[in-house]
Amino acid sequence: MGTIAEEVFSQKLGREVHAGEMVLADVDFIMSHDSTTPLAIAAWEEIGKPLFDPDRIVIHFDHFYPSPSINGSLLHQRTLAFVKKQGIKNFYHEGICHQVMVEKGFVVPGTIVIGGDSHTCTYGALSCFGTGMGSTDLAVSYVTGKNWFMVPHTLRFEIQGKFPQGVYAKDLILNLVGKVGAGGANYKACEFSGPTIHAMSISERLTLSNMAVEMGGKVGLIETDEKTFRFLKNRTSRPLKIIRPQNPRYENVIEVEAGYLQPFVAVPHQVDQIKPVEEVEGTEIDEFFLGTCTNGRLDDLKIAAKILAGKKVHPLSRMVVNPASNEIYTQAERQGILRVFRDAGATICNPGCGVCVGRHQGILAPGEKALTTMNRNFLGRMGSPEAQIYLASPATVAISAIYGRITDPRKILSTFSPLP
Amino acid sequence: MGRVWKFGNNINTDEIIPGRFNITTDPKVLAQHCFCEVRPDFPSSVKPGDLIIAGENFGSGSSREHAPLAIKASGIKVIIAYSFARIFYRNAINVGLPVFISEEILTRVGDGDHLEIDFENFYVKDPETEGIFPFQPLPLFILKIFKAGGIIPFLKESNLEDLC
Repeated sequence: MGTIAEEVFSQKLGREVHAGEMVLADVDFIMSHDSTTPLAIAAWEEIGKPLFDPDRIVIHFDHFYPSPSINGSLLHQRTLAFVKKQGIKNFYHEGICHQVMVEKGFVVPGTIVIGGDSHTCTYGALSCFGTGMGSTDLAVSYVTGKNWFMVPHTLRFEIQGKFPQGVYAKDLILNLVGKVGAGGANYKACEFSGPTIHAMSISERLTLSNMAVEMGGKVGLIETDEKTFRFLKNRTSRPLKIIRPQNPRYENVIEVEAGYLQPFVAVPHQVDQIKPVEEVEGTEIDEFFLGTCTNGRLDDLKIAAKILAGKKVHPLSRMVVNPASNEIYTQAERQGILRVFRDAGATICNPGCGVCVGRHQGILAPGEKALTTMNRNFLGRMGSPEAQIYLASPATVAISAIYGRITDPRKILSTFSPLP
Repeated sequence: MGRVWKFGNNINTDEIIPGRFNITTDPKVLAQHCFCEVRPDFPSSVKPGDLIIAGENFGSGSSREHAPLAIKASGIKVIIAYSFARIFYRNAINVGLPVFISEEILTRVGDGDHLEIDFENFYVKDPETEGIFPFQPLPLFILKIFKAGGIIPFLKESNLEDLC
């Protein structure tokens, strides 16, 4: 009985638990990437106990892969030695960890996944209690198979209505982060629900859940439905549970009518600094970036490609495209989407996180401005601390790329030719 | 006694340790870049025993444990904030960096003030004015980790089950 978060913990523990309780729970998977695994290995070595179950560990190379520096390569080397020696089967270097986790079926309803990355909250889109932790916490679970959790209170978002043209899931979540603030959901679970969420694709849901942490949320949960099952059908052999709230008590319920939304932009240097696109229209942009665990999936690329088909990126700007995973890269290639980007003059990079964390492939110079589909616009994130990062939907980024300045996608969206 | 380094609201992990300096696990190297963009004087001027006093949601953003490690290796003895971001709070407790919550201290002390801290009785004291600023005691299970000096020393002596 309770919220989705309470349901997951109650089913997991075999007894009814409620928000505010401190519990020890079994962890289904322990995820980490090239940036957070080395510290987890160091912490594990310091604890000095054997791994509880190597098959619960999932390691990805994505934050700086292939490595742009000797230091980075050394970290990869050290992690790879651990993978080999401990017989870690679940080792991937085929894209952004969260996307690969979802594609490979590690994320299923009713399970608990902890990840050495704050955007592990993404897994809530598939009713999985995914939450970010630090490397030492990962090491604790390496040796115990468990971890401690405070069962969170829940902030529920009820969304109804249809998005107007030019408005997407990204605009909705930017709007919600702006409403609640960067710490408004701190220590809490977010639950996204209502007819608009029910009508969304899994990809759109992942975009919402991904940014729960930008309001401090522990996880961004969405109840299981037939789309969850359809998505997971050929991806996992694990039994699929239905996780829904049962007579829940919410700390707060926020209702939003999607039909009244508009395209939004997060302005430097905080994600909760949200403005309607028209307020920043005309801002000249040096780098346009399409990708990340927020908006690097096939439908995101499709939306952008539809806009860029037969057009060119502004000659004095650059555009970088990173499909979120190899699976998406392959599909986008087959469907002619990558060709549209190439023809438009964009640079297509390998799937990964490098651009979004300022490691390689599009680092900003002092004074430069970027308009991106990322989830964070923190000072210095993409390179120089004197650069500025704006966040928006793939549509806003693609249209703006043509003009070299922030442009309202609604003005011109109806005039585009279909995909080749 | 330590100097107060005062910060505002929503100090994020990119400000504590920018992502591009994250390609190491060496806390000493991380400390060289700690707050280098928002407080360029911090890495060179911070002394062992200094304190950080901050506003809401300290440590928001990424899960990088490099952030509390960098602060700890800088010599900071305690962070007292109005509130902490969830992952940062866990990470700090786990690596043995004391973090406490106080809703009033931010408005009562200034950057550069010097304070004494009493972990046993949960307060800091301004020896000049004799002003005493209490902070919230830790929940019992967190206190157990804190007293052990972090989750790793705790696990060496005890089982995870002993937390409950």
